[in-house]
Amino acid sequence: MIHLQQVSKRYRTDRVETTALDNINLDVAKGEFISVMGPSGCGKSTLLNLIGLLDAPTSGNVALDGKAIARYGDRDLAKVRNERLGFIFQQFHLVSDLSVADNVEIPLLYRTMSNKERRKSALAALDRVGLSSRTRHFPTQLSGGQQQRVAIARAIVGRPGILLADEPTGNLDSQMGDEIMSILEDLNANEKTTIVMVTHDPRMAEKTHRVVRLFDGRQVQ
Amino acid sequence: MIKNYLKVALKVLGRRKFFTFISLFGISITLLVLLLATALLDHVFAAETPEVHADRMLGVYRLMMKGPENTMISQPGYGFLDRYVRPMAKLPSIERIALVTEAQTVVSYLNGRKIQSAMRHADGELWRVLAFDFVEGGPFTTADDENGRRVAVINETTRERFFAGQPAVGKTIEADGQRFQVVGVVRDVPLLRYSSSADLWVPISTAKSSGYKQEWLGHFYALILARRSADLPQIKAEFQAILRGAEKQLPDPKTFKTLTAGADTLFEGAARIFLPGEPVPNPGGQMRAALLVLMLAFMLLPTINLVNINLSRILDRASEIGVRRAFGASSRTLVGQFLIENLVLTLIGAAIGLALAAGVLQAFNASGLIEHAHLQLNFRIFLYGLAIAIFFGIFSGVYPAWRMSKLHPVQALRGRSV
Repeated sequence: MIHLQQVSKRYRTDRVETTALDNINLDVAKGEFISVMGPSGCGKSTLLNLIGLLDAPTSGNVALDGKAIARYGDRDLAKVRNERLGFIFQQFHLVSDLSVADNVEIPLLYRTMSNKERRKSALAALDRVGLSSRTRHFPTQLSGGQQQRVAIARAIVGRPGILLADEPTGNLDSQMGDEIMSILEDLNANEKTTIVMVTHDPRMAEKTHRVVRLFDGRQVQ
Repeated sequence: MIKNYLKVALKVLGRRKFFTFISLFGISITLLVLLLATALLDHVFAAETPEVHADRMLGVYRLMMKGPENTMISQPGYGFLDRYVRPMAKLPSIERIALVTEAQTVVSYLNGRKIQSAMRHADGELWRVLAFDFVEGGPFTTADDENGRRVAVINETTRERFFAGQPAVGKTIEADGQRFQVVGVVRDVPLLRYSSSADLWVPISTAKSSGYKQEWLGHFYALILARRSADLPQIKAEFQAILRGAEKQLPDPKTFKTLTAGADTLFEGAARIFLPGEPVPNPGGQMRAALLVLMLAFMLLPTINLVNINLSRILDRASEIGVRRAFGASSRTLVGQFLIENLVLTLIGAAIGLALAAGVLQAFNASGLIEHAHLQLNFRIFLYGLAIAIFFGIFSGVYPAWRMSKLHPVQALRGRSV
């Protein structure tokens, strides 16, 4: 489903060139739940950004479902992100001015559907993560774990085939982290959602199918 | 989607209230000034009583005679208009032509009290070219003018001054050392209606001296009423052809070689006064361009202010932009969203400006600063204001919207705007 071939990412300034990723080859099959681990600065988030089409590789190829995205323009990339991908961020990144339900609806704003359908899908997603009673609340009125659950609902509301989670439990205590992980496992097991998760926590990584380790931008065993 | 954008727009306005206040203040004051200016222009140039046919009316308001060493610019004289312009009434495209003087101040004495009035001399056709609103009696006629009858039409204010508001038809009024019998009373015409405002009108033939009859330059002008507004260009061209013929018969050909004038709409006539130098072929177009430049220049400062405030808001919303990009918003979609948000802001500012303008106009009318003026916000003015607000909203929102849409999603998610 996800195919990275000899992917590298380098950042250049006037004086310095920094290699964030170096010659990464990675295949993620449909329905797999993999974790990406490594020390800080090893390129984990960069890898996630490339898979999530939020950034482009300096060299190499990224393909989703067999389609190389190198030549995709802004609108095509936006369409793929909207239809195929869902993101869960460590900082949650909820819009504080919008209610929980309005936050979850965001991915659906960029699809052709009625307001009624949009709201129905959002409520269903919130129900899936156990937050049906908080639809009119605002993010600042929720705990960290609840905010992350809203973020998960937002990520899955469009029924994407791939979820990309960047340290989803990083800002949560262990109990909340376990709750979040449980939701992700459930999505993977029951809905066959492919999940790529960046994590520092070996306990979380153990629960996934496979661990990809990075060090200084390179894949290691 | 629009509902979501509106929700976000209103919430963003509430986030940094001081900046929102500055933005709304700038927009509303800008709109207020522009609406007042538009109301004033509308008051002067729009088709209103008595100039209800302004859309198919031309005037010959100024004449320039130029020679190698001399130039004279003035209103046309009766001699020129009677000889060259009045005969144009026979053209099939022209309904009728009236000759009238500019308003001149005359003095009257009533019970030891000195009263100054604005008086015009006019022919009988004036009352058929312009649609005065008679509250008493009626106009004097062409026959009255030909026979030199000393009759007068006065306005309501003059009736109040001379007759304490009592019915005036049939009574005598003294002005400029002459006595006239009042035949009609009209509603007051605002002072800024420069081709029709006066306190009293008397026949041309009652002028104290007959020297006006030969003058090429004087204090008259002609009002030409076309049958249709579509005929105006043809009438203008016809007038220019007549002018070329008149040029060959200038009264002092050694001193003056060329004759320049225009058959102008009200707006063009005013434009000729304000545009300096030689008369131009398209004064209305040049005046419109000048007004547009002035308007844009006036809007420039608040626009720049709003652009800067919007750009500073990018920092606040970098994370939100990153999230929207991550979940499928293209650059174009984001530009559309932010333009809508900016439009919401400007429309709120416009609504405030409109309310302020209504209040200021009401106070202005009550103050009597301009005699008989009644400036108002009508539907046309409202549409101008709305158009200005929309233009303002888009113009001041495009660059910030474009900058916001170009934010790299990864940088944006890190809360960075560069």
